[in-house]
Amino acid sequence: MGQKIFETPLYPYKRSPDQDAIPPKRHPVVIIGAGPIGLGAAIDLAQNDIPVVVIDDNDKVSFGSRAICFAKRPLEILDRLGCGEPMVEKGIVWDTGKVFFNTRETYKFNLLAEGGHKNPAFINLQQYYLEEYMLNRLRELQSQGKPIDLRGCNKVSALSDNGDHVRMEIDTPEGSYMIECDWLIACDGANSSARRMLGHDFKGRVFEDNFLIADVIMDADFPTERWFWFDPPFNRGQSALLHKQPDNVWRIDLQLGWDIDTDEEKKSENVIPRLRAMLGDDVEFDLEWVSIYTFQCRRMDKFRYGRVMFAGDAAHQVSPFGARGANSGLQDTDNLIWKLKLVLAGQSPDTLLDSYSAERVYGADENILNSTRSTDFITPKSNMSRILRDAVLDLAQDHDFARLLVNSGRLSVPCTYDGSSLNGPNCAELPECSRPGSPAPDAPIPDGWLLDHLGNKFQLLAIGCDAPDDLSQNGVDIETLSLDPANCAELTKRYLGSEKSAIYLMRPDQHVAARWTGFDKSAVLSALSTAIGHV
Amino acid sequence: MSKLNTKPNMTNADDFYAELLSRHENLTKDQSDALNARLVLVLANHIGDSEILSAAMKAAAEAGNHR
Repeated sequence: MGQKIFETPLYPYKRSPDQDAIPPKRHPVVIIGAGPIGLGAAIDLAQNDIPVVVIDDNDKVSFGSRAICFAKRPLEILDRLGCGEPMVEKGIVWDTGKVFFNTRETYKFNLLAEGGHKNPAFINLQQYYLEEYMLNRLRELQSQGKPIDLRGCNKVSALSDNGDHVRMEIDTPEGSYMIECDWLIACDGANSSARRMLGHDFKGRVFEDNFLIADVIMDADFPTERWFWFDPPFNRGQSALLHKQPDNVWRIDLQLGWDIDTDEEKKSENVIPRLRAMLGDDVEFDLEWVSIYTFQCRRMDKFRYGRVMFAGDAAHQVSPFGARGANSGLQDTDNLIWKLKLVLAGQSPDTLLDSYSAERVYGADENILNSTRSTDFITPKSNMSRILRDAVLDLAQDHDFARLLVNSGRLSVPCTYDGSSLNGPNCAELPECSRPGSPAPDAPIPDGWLLDHLGNKFQLLAIGCDAPDDLSQNGVDIETLSLDPANCAELTKRYLGSEKSAIYLMRPDQHVAARWTGFDKSAVLSALSTAIGHV
Repeated sequence: MSKLNTKPNMTNADDFYAELLSRHENLTKDQSDALNARLVLVLANHIGDSEILSAAMKAAAEAGNHR
């Protein structure tokens, strides 16, 4: 077998002129970490012509598949970043799940994804492919002259927030150097060294459990479904998951319990018999990647401290059940970058960045709540919680109501920023799914998909009525997009309900800022002021 | 406004109680615990209303304070 993409240095170390600069070079924005969240932030900034330096302590994409399940909203964000389509093309689209308890198939469910969206509800795709496609996009932007500087094998060794800038010391294979930036985005993962160096807390709940992840390559005729076992004969008293990825790679996740010898369990002579017991003796398979993980559900108190913003796992960590890790991290930088752009341009006060913290802390709490509940169901912590869990599973075989209680992961859904200080007026007669704070629901329109026309700037969506297209406030322009709702059933259902017309003020991250049933210039400008943090 | 009914409401309370006991006859402690758990879930779904369920759980918990 040839070299895997995750074994190939895709951004090898190269000396930067900054390493010889005295005094240290000052950049507008530096990002620590070139995982999916750091790359997403970098692409977003570069698309907005904001120079960005990304520093990463290695030079390769994710080792092993890691995050494999990407939900519709992050795919929409990746689409806005210009790299969503190859992911959906390569990814495995799935909508059916099966739940097994002991030896029985308890029930089967369909995600029943709503039609009329460009992107599917979920795809399965190895994290290394996701990162590779993001890197391809980054290289494409560089070739168009966009200002992204990605530095491999650059590791932050010291960090200080000096009030009007951040100063960093960076170690490289050729020694260390200093750089400064106006704003720092830390996307350096759950063990964030930026967080540690700045001394911020990261508190939450530790789950005393170990999970074995094995990616196996096999030509098996299992269907493209998510199979989840509670207490199966091949992993007594524990859980198991089987899920398909591209290239005939299958994700197998086996709960191991707390008191184990991690190094022993990871050895292939111990992993292979476990997999044999699960897959049967006549299935041929190869191991691609094995890992053992434990997890915590926790977050930082705030995601902004002075000139440093934290995003992704650096800011919040959840259990993997529900695919809420990478999916929520991509929503972090989606929320942050347009705000940073306004602050850098002097069009918004820097307090707008506090709304990044407020909105994404709200999102993180939603994810922590859901993933904690899933974990409590999957791994009961007391005798009675196991009795109740098993009662739910026994009832679920015959009774629909109990299936609602089965919790093998409440799959990631986008966060609606209800109650955000950036939200303007709502009109309660319009549909609930597009209320202020919501990510804009997609819909087919005559020339493609609505979401392909939204994002990267403030926009006024004028549906079934007129609005001028020269609105501007504090130097921020609003582009108007006029749509005729005739023959657009989904657009009507998701944006008008029983009303004849509507005006939506959309944020650059495709979230709804405010809405009305007709155009009123002063109301729109006032809502724009609110949305850009002018009170 | 939905409210937990704690006034007498069963059509035949003694029959209900006798059947509940008989359902537990000859079961091990584990089997009985499992039966009770399933019964709680079936009844909870029938009631449905989250305010009533919350009041019922509170009433059951508080009765334990008499001990």
